[in-house]
Amino acid sequence: METQAINRRDNLFVSGHRACHGCGMAIAVRHILKATGQDVIVVTPTGCLETFSSPYGYSPWLVPWIHHLFENGPAVASGVAAALKAQGRESCRVVVIGGDGSTFDIGFGSLSGMLERGDDVLYICVDNGAYMNTGGQRSGASPTYSSTTTDPAGAASFGKRQLKKNLPEIVAAHGIPYVATASVAYLKDLQKKVKKAMEYRGPRYIQIDTPCPSVWGFGSDRALEIGRLGVRCGLVPLIEIENGQLKRVRKITDPLPVEDYLKAQKRFRHLFSMPEGGGVVAEIQKQADGNIAKYGLLKRTVDGNAETPP
Amino acid sequence: MAQKRVLEGSEAVALAVKACRPHVISAYPISPQTHIVEALARMKADGEIESEYVRVESEFSAASVVSGASAAGSRAYTASASQGLLLMTEVLYASVGMRLPFVLTGVNRSISAPITIQVDQQDTVSLRDSGVIQFYVESCQEAYDVHLAAFKVAEDPDILLPVMVCMDGWILTHSYETVSFLEQEAVDRFVPPFNPPNRLDPKDPKTWGSYAEENVLTEFKFAIHDALQKGKDKIREVFAELARITGRDYGGLIEAYRTQGADIVLVAMGSVCGTVKEAVDVLREEGRKVGLVKIRCYRPFPYEDIWSAVRESKVLAVLDANISLGSEGAVGMDLKAKLCGIRNGPIVCDWISGLGGREVNIDTIRRIVGECERVRECGQDISELKWAGLNPALLP
Repeated sequence: METQAINRRDNLFVSGHRACHGCGMAIAVRHILKATGQDVIVVTPTGCLETFSSPYGYSPWLVPWIHHLFENGPAVASGVAAALKAQGRESCRVVVIGGDGSTFDIGFGSLSGMLERGDDVLYICVDNGAYMNTGGQRSGASPTYSSTTTDPAGAASFGKRQLKKNLPEIVAAHGIPYVATASVAYLKDLQKKVKKAMEYRGPRYIQIDTPCPSVWGFGSDRALEIGRLGVRCGLVPLIEIENGQLKRVRKITDPLPVEDYLKAQKRFRHLFSMPEGGGVVAEIQKQADGNIAKYGLLKRTVDGNAETPP
Repeated sequence: MAQKRVLEGSEAVALAVKACRPHVISAYPISPQTHIVEALARMKADGEIESEYVRVESEFSAASVVSGASAAGSRAYTASASQGLLLMTEVLYASVGMRLPFVLTGVNRSISAPITIQVDQQDTVSLRDSGVIQFYVESCQEAYDVHLAAFKVAEDPDILLPVMVCMDGWILTHSYETVSFLEQEAVDRFVPPFNPPNRLDPKDPKTWGSYAEENVLTEFKFAIHDALQKGKDKIREVFAELARITGRDYGGLIEAYRTQGADIVLVAMGSVCGTVKEAVDVLREEGRKVGLVKIRCYRPFPYEDIWSAVRESKVLAVLDANISLGSEGAVGMDLKAKLCGIRNGPIVCDWISGLGGREVNIDTIRRIVGECERVRECGQDISELKWAGLNPALLP
């Protein structure tokens, strides 16, 4: 009990859970809770996080935590928030931490409903770009030309042909006060965004890029490094949208070529062995360049006001 | 003093819900449930209720909102029908497993396809295996009364399960009846504030909805089944207490109507029971030995109560307003499962009846009883399933 009490002061998601070695998501969750503090109720839809953190009889959660189903995290959170309001316990805040499968795909309707109603819920998507809990099947968050088990690369396919759903902008279109993207590669930035989100009432959304060593295919000591490559090439733009306006972005000096990011992961390996792969890589580079232009990610050396988008 | 008013069944339900002071109401509209949730919305707009009213984008979310509210320690209510109840199904199973009590009104309506808004009980019966407690009501007055009981049963610390009050769409939700209401103080005494043993609370953080495997899953299911079986006594007690307060006694888990000395006992649930009672009176006048068992509590299934009411009978004529396609009607199957092997037990004649709003009237009952009298003398083929009012001219 004493150990727990000590732990609880600075860590609300303790060791002993069953995440894969080097899991980016587990790192993200620990830092999310450092930023929220302990007066929260966490709702987690079905997925990696639920499975690795809740084997019956054990729990790394030192905050009240509830898992109900795959597609209803936002609605369960709305119910919790409504109950807290009815009970006059509104100092306690509701935070959903869910994966991209539940957020982008099966729970999307529930998420949109919660946002439209304006419920007082911070929704955090820990995005690893596929259904990792079940072995890496394609989701709406899978990046273009990644190979997944349900949309694999093969002699006649480069993998996923479609764009990653631009969920932050879709969410922002609901007119909610705060939307941000973050990465486990930048933990101070991540915590700052969570803290800022906690200052608002109403629905808020943060999408965190959480590299997955097991399915993306990289060494278990490299999650933060891979995350940083994603940000630095422009494929993972870190932005903040407040009340519908793009307010701040994380600038990139000297963007890396997307090859540096793609080559480091097995899920893109086919792009470098297939004859037409070069053209596909160029297409991905265009996506990165598009992000850099659209969000004004490039740090201009002569501009003193570099942190503000144009 | 209790008040009396002539009003619609839906309004009676809304008044019962209001009197129970739920913290959270969440709903998605579907015919013929709409008048209930509209009445509650008007009460909210007029400041007559303090409940948080969460207007969701689907029935799936409505059931999820009340589940979340329940976990956070609040009394919660929702209502749906037909397709909406099917959409809630996954949520209801999970909330049973997590022992999250709330009350929902299951307004009975048939299931697509073909799409229809007419009444039968296929929707709620399809949820029979979920562990949700199911009550069926015959009248608007009974709908009012049973909703009060439903909160008390759901929130009992030995039960802690969702309770669904099933009421036939249109026939009850949209018909007008004189309904008597309790004073608010009487309801407050009968249904005290919800005070669950656990709630989501940072001061006492707990982990809800864990992942389990063969190590404990059987025991989870056993515990729920056991709570349902033992809950029968609690339900009887709650109904008896309510009868003392209201002066209206509908019986306990079942109502046995003129079953004394009856050879043929009809078994039914819901509003059709009113018609059956009238038919029983007519047929008794003619000297035919018939009675009715009205099942008020379908889950947990009250086989002990039914058996004690029908042990002298020769034939049970079950009116099943549902069908397990490829097998039989649900209530018929439940009865056969319990009566199988009893020496000289009654023959169960399962009648698929009242589907999609097809009328079941006194003549229908008369024909069913006539056929059951033949079965009483001649027995029945084991594979025989009877369809009340089937029109061969419409068959392919």
